[in-house]
Amino acid sequence: MVVSAVFAGFVTAVVITALQLALLVPLIQEAELYETGALVHFGEAAATAAEPGVVQDWGRNALTAVANVPTYIAFTLLLVAAYAFAETKGIRVGVREGMAWGVAGFFVLQVLPGIGLPPELPGMYAAELRPRQIWWVSTLILSAGGIAALVFGRSPLIWGLGIVAIAIPHIIGAPQPGSFGGVVPPELAAEFTARSIGVHGIIWVVMGALTAWFWNREKAA
Amino acid sequence: MTTATHTAAATDTSLRSILTVAFFGIALLFAASMAGSETIHNAAHDVRHAAGFPCH
Repeated sequence: MVVSAVFAGFVTAVVITALQLALLVPLIQEAELYETGALVHFGEAAATAAEPGVVQDWGRNALTAVANVPTYIAFTLLLVAAYAFAETKGIRVGVREGMAWGVAGFFVLQVLPGIGLPPELPGMYAAELRPRQIWWVSTLILSAGGIAALVFGRSPLIWGLGIVAIAIPHIIGAPQPGSFGGVVPPELAAEFTARSIGVHGIIWVVMGALTAWFWNREKAA
Repeated sequence: MTTATHTAAATDTSLRSILTVAFFGIALLFAASMAGSETIHNAAHDVRHAAGFPCH
């Protein structure tokens, strides 16, 4: 299991690094220019100032690439454990099924928590970190349990419990900032959030399929 | 009887290894997404923002 997870996680990390550097990191670095005050998007200053551009920092990008490896191996370890467990229950996980598991992971890690806490840029207002982390972790657990109940449950009672589990964090509501006033232009923030969710939709399907492919090879070996 | 015991033991081991792998996955995910150490935070900063983990 671990061998499959390491290979699948490493390949996924290579793919996500390319997508991050092309689509997400430039927006983060541009947002930091607003966060530090190097750029201002309100008033006269914005119109007249010579705008500093984003300079690619390859040392920082290398750290991002390195940090992706353990992050995505964490996901592939969880996926391969889930596949192996499903197989003990007689549920086969081929590459196509792996894609479906990837979609489920995308909902658990991105779509459902993103409804309450959208991916944010540096310099945006947000609630205190600790309550957000607690809400985030609780949402992951309830969403994963809820989706499993919907997919594998065999009675309306279980399906109902699954829907309740998925809904609870959103009924309670994620911690929100008391007021708005981030220094980052809303156009940049919206673009970042949409790209983050889109990129992770791609990456979860790729990761689910890769993990299944490596896992089936490891079993056959 | 011997076969039954053997099968039960084999299933037990694999369930244990599944749980071990899942545990390492969760531990690694926590380290990557929430570890507060300055070094880890700086290295993982862009990854956390990109993935929408609650960061700072």
